Formats: sequence, structure tokens, C-alpha cells
Amino acid sequence: MSEELDQALSRKYDAGFVSDIESETFPIGLDEGVIRRISAMKDEPEWMLEWRLRAYRNWLTMEEPDWAHVDYPKIDFQAISYYSAPKSMADKPQSLDEVDPELLRTYEKLGIPLYEQEMLAGVAVDAVFDSVSVVTTYRAKLEEAGVIFCPISEAAHRFPELIKKYLGSVVPRSDNYFAALNSAVFTDGSFVYIPKGVRCPMELSTYFRINEENTGQFERTLIIADEGSHVSYLEGCTAPQRDENQLHAAVVELVAMDDAQIKYSTVQNWYPGDENGKGGIYNFVTKRALCHTNAKVSWTQVETGSAITWKYPSCILKGDNSVGEFYSVALTRGMQQADTGTKMIHLGKNTKSTIISKGISAGRSNNSYRGLVHMGPKADGARNFTECDSLLIGDRCGAHTFPYIESRNPSAIVEHEATTSKVSEDQLFLCQQRGLDAEKAVSMIVNGFCKEVFKELPMEFAVEAGKLLEISLEGSIG
Amino acid sequence: MLKIQNLHASVEEKNILNGLNLEIKPGEVHVIMGPNGAGKSTLGYILSGREGYQVTEGKVDFMGEDLLEMKVEDRARKGLFLAFQYPVEIPGVSNMAFMKESVNAIREQRGETPLTAAEFLKKAKAASKQVQLPLDFLKRGVNEGFSGGEKKRNEIMQMILLEPTLCILDESDSGLDIDALQEVANGVNSQRDGKRSFIVITHYQRLLDYIKPDHVHILANGKVVKSGDASLALDIEKEGYVFLGQDNDEENNT
Repeated sequence: MSEELDQALSRKYDAGFVSDIESETFPIGLDEGVIRRISAMKDEPEWMLEWRLRAYRNWLTMEEPDWAHVDYPKIDFQAISYYSAPKSMADKPQSLDEVDPELLRTYEKLGIPLYEQEMLAGVAVDAVFDSVSVVTTYRAKLEEAGVIFCPISEAAHRFPELIKKYLGSVVPRSDNYFAALNSAVFTDGSFVYIPKGVRCPMELSTYFRINEENTGQFERTLIIADEGSHVSYLEGCTAPQRDENQLHAAVVELVAMDDAQIKYSTVQNWYPGDENGKGGIYNFVTKRALCHTNAKVSWTQVETGSAITWKYPSCILKGDNSVGEFYSVALTRGMQQADTGTKMIHLGKNTKSTIISKGISAGRSNNSYRGLVHMGPKADGARNFTECDSLLIGDRCGAHTFPYIESRNPSAIVEHEATTSKVSEDQLFLCQQRGLDAEKAVSMIVNGFCKEVFKELPMEFAVEAGKLLEISLEGSIG
Repeated sequence: MLKIQNLHASVEEKNILNGLNLEIKPGEVHVIMGPNGAGKSTLGYILSGREGYQVTEGKVDFMGEDLLEMKVEDRARKGLFLAFQYPVEIPGVSNMAFMKESVNAIREQRGETPLTAAEFLKKAKAASKQVQLPLDFLKRGVNEGFSGGEKKRNEIMQMILLEPTLCILDESDSGLDIDALQEVANGVNSQRDGKRSFIVITHYQRLLDYIKPDHVHILANGKVVKSGDASLALDIEKEGYVFLGQDNDEENNT
């Protein structure tokens, strides 16, 4: 069976095209001068530049972490270009009609039309291309509700007080090696502010696209949900098929004030490299949420892309009764490596967290779950439930689980369940005997395995995520 | 409809079938009995194309085509259905979604348009009623947490929905109480229309109180050693397989 499966898993990557767009790209290399130039390109206030430089100096003193269960040659940070933007964006187009049609075509090809009338009703999109935001849709409608949704570079000008107060408040500049690098060189990303008591009238989403060669993408997202507000946010990511590895080191910070709720969903489909492990994105991302009293943050991720994924969306449950959730599907195939999971830091009383992680490994890939549940001394009555399931397809892949549990409070309850299963020959045979081809059969079995997570995604995206798994597994069976 | 000639087959280099001959005409019900290890289940797997079973000699003609050359799913789409002895679970995939995919894959092969969700639901409800399986089983994962009897009924429900030309029932009666046995038999009988054929593999004569076969074959050592009508099964019930002059019970039924 494993030969059949291997063939089935040889992939097709639909988003692997390159857009022919004239870009202004910095020469490779990193020093203070590069950071000053990035800041100048964004026309940033002085305090922002200072913030970046402090991060950079910090980064220089740090060491690249090596504890993750992934293996890759050392990254040469001087071989990366830290800024690339389509030339046409230099004139700051005021409306979609002024945006380079080739850029719009890129998003159309990816299935994300940017004209509001053609879009999924009720979804606002910020489209980030290499280092800049191309367009943010539905802004007028959102502003009516008092919701701010704009590129973070613009927010630094328009809302300096909010940025000064919250940027780096959840993921400090020196938090970790890649977060420090991001703080120094971040280029664009989304900024969201939901005012007190407001339920955001539509889904917000950011679509990240890497296009240029030898560039890194370092975006930064900051979402602030003020007291009693609600927001649902989704990010999607793709990149062209290239033989070189490209670095994507993002930081996402969420602040959920008292009684606020944030739902953050990710469909990550960066180029994973070819079946021999050539090329692909290094996805080294820091995502963290701070939850105040009665707040709730829910992370849902569907990770099918990237050569290497290193990512632990986390919740600091600071306020009493706050709730953190993490629902994850990570699929690795070919030579992909994923080390992903979450951290639930229970500080407040009666805080609750739920972790549902589904790892699917195929080909010669390695898929690790790494999760920390921490119960602080004041977290009376705190509860965690973790379910961690691995599905193996074929017999040359690996699934690993690294749970860390720290409990400093005797009244806290931590539950951990884990299973490992295989797509069995029996299941495959049953499906085929009922007329389904092997590819369809595997994608059905995998989708069934992921059901608990998919039901957490916003509806439009749940369908997309299912389809994405299908495409990922296409050709995996002979 | 089905013609098996001099079929030899092995599993892991062990010979299981040794020159089996069998011909089945449209509308006929053939019962296959025999001691453990005689190759009964193997026959079902070989006809449906399961991996790991090597045909070393012989040929099988199914509706004018070389069955052994066809892929598993193509055999199914051409109308060959196997009701499993031990139906496997597929967690998280709803029975309904699974069967709809399956029905539509087979309809596509026949050049028919796929059923809409509403059309399918109507058929599925009727089929589940026929085998006395409560409706909520349609929503549950395929065989997920079903009892043995529920799994077997679920198989018969799928058979009804897929409208196959040749049904192979691999011990669909084993492990059933008398009520479940009757329901399974009723499901089968309701599908007898003079064209559809059946191969019923069983250990027990009692199933034949409900399903009236046209032919009964005794399989031993990988070939048909005796054929007759329903009365042959009664003889076996009384006298066992002693006439074979050997004891096959040592071997496991694969």
C-alpha cells in the first residue's frame, strides 16, 4: 500500500506561479542601515525607528534556537533581502483602479478577488504582497462601525498612541530570536482595533503572498479587541515554487480586553518544497494572545504548506475566567517538517483552555506536536483539556508528541489524551470497494480525522480548508 | 455474468485457491459453504481485487470483461459489491457523505447524473428503513461505534443503495441474533429481481431458512468439491464436513 500512497502524495502546488511584477527590492544583507531604509520607505516616525533598532541590537546578542524537532542548514541572514515592493505601489494608489492589474490578477488567480462586489459577502481583505499592503477592502463600511482595519505601517501614522501602547506588549521585542528579527525588520501586516462593545460586522482577513526571489517576509499583525467586543479574523498564505528556501518570520499579537472575544484562523499554504525537500518556505512564527477577565481567544490553524513550520500560537490567560482554545490541523508530506503546537499559560482563577491538535504525516515527513500547559500559583480552579491525535499515511513518516505540563496549583485540572493511528489498508479497501478511487478515499479519511477542527473554522473557510487538504493529497495514490 | 475458470491464488506465498471453477448466471443465488480455511473469504477478496492476494493461474470473466485486470474501484463501479465480514470504521466521515460519494461514483460510471443531496437523502431513508437501522446512523461516522449487527445491517443498506449486479456477502450472518439475521435476509431478498446475482458465503445453514439459494457449493482446499441444491446445505448441517475425509479446522480463515 505504501507505494500507492507515495504516488498519491506526490504533490501539485496550485499557488506556485510567479507574477511578473517590477519590484523595488533591497540588495541582500542586514545592518542598521537596512533598518533605517525600511523605516524611511514607510516614512515612519522616529520612535518607531528607535524601536526597531533596539530590537535589532537585541537580536545581534541572541542565538538561533535549536530545540525544535526540525533539521535545516543554518540560515544566512546576510543572503536575504529584507524589503521588496511592487514599483507601482510607490505612488500609493488611492483606489483599486490605480493598482497594477498584474497584482490584482495574482490575487484573482489565488481565488481572492479584491473588488468588493466580487468578494465573499461579509469578508474584508487586507492583501499583503511581499513587503507592502496592496489594498484593504471594505474600510469605509468597517469605519462606520468604528472598526479600524488597515496596514500596520499606516496605523503607525494614524494611531501612534495605540501602536506605542500595544506593539510588543504581548510578544516583547526580545521574546525570541525570530520575534526579535521581526521587530527589527517587519515590513507590513494588518492592524485591527475593535472598539468597546462592538461586534465586528464582517469577517476580517489578511492574505499574504511572497513573490520576489531571495526575500524574506516579516509581517506583523496586531489585533486589539476592546472591552466586550467580538472579532473573527482569518489569514491565508501562499508563495511561488522556487528551489531556494525563503524565510517567513511573522509576529502576531492579540489583545482581548475584558469580556472580549477574538477568533483567529489561519490557512497556511506556503510553498512546501518539492518531494526531495528542495525549496520551500521556512515558516518561523510567533503568535500570542493576552486575555483579560472573561475574555476568550480561539486559535484555529490549518497548516499544509511550508518546508519547515515552527509555530506555537499561545494564550496568556491573565484575567480570571478567561478562555483559550487551540484547534490545529497540520499536514506534512514529502520532506516537510512541522514542529507546532501551543502554550496555554493559566494565570487567572477559573481559566479554561482546550487544545485539539490533529497531525497528519505522509511521505517522508516529520510532524511534531509541542505544547505547554502552565498552571500558575494563583490559577485556582483552572482547567485544561488536551487532545492530540496523529494519523500516519504510509510507513516512512514520523509523528511525535512533546507535551509539557507545569502545575503550580493543586486545584488545577489538566487532562491530556493522545492517539496515533494509521490510514489502514482496510479503510482504503472499503472505500475503493465502494467505487471511490484511492485519492478520494484518503482525502475523505483525512477530512474525517480533522472534522473536530474544521468545524471551528468560519464556514466559507471550512470548505476551503477541506479542498486544500484534497489538493495537498492529490496524486498521493496510484 | 460471472465465470471463474481454474482459479489458483495465494496469500504470502501460501496457496489458498487451487483450481476453482464457478459459473453464475443473472438472477442466481449461489451459496458457498465449507470448513474454515477452505478459501471462502479469499474468493470474495480476489473477486473484489484486494491487494495482497496473488492470482497465479486461471481467469475470471465478469460481464464479458477480464475481471482480474480491473482496479478495485472499477470492479465496484461495474457493479461488484462485497459485504464485509468485519466492516471497518472510518471515524469522522459521516455514513451519509460516504454513501453519497459512493453512489455518485457508481452513477457516473453508468453515465447517470449525480444525485442531489435531497434525492440521495430520500433513497437513504428508504434503505435504512428497509434494514431497520435508525436514521441517526446516517449521520454517524462510517461504522463508528456500531455494534456487530449494526455494522452488518449497514453493509446491506449500502448494497441496497448501490444497486449492484453481483453481490458477494461474506458471512453477513455471522454473529447475528435471529432478528438481525431476518432483517439481513429480508434486505437481500428484496434485492432479488431476476437479474441481480448473489454469492452468499456462510458457515450456517440457518441463513438458508430465509434466503433460498439456487445452488449450494462446498469449498474445500481451495476448490469446489461438491455442488447441489439447497438440500446439500441441510446434509452438511446434519453430518458436517466428514465426507471430505480430512480436517481443515486447523487453518485460519483469512
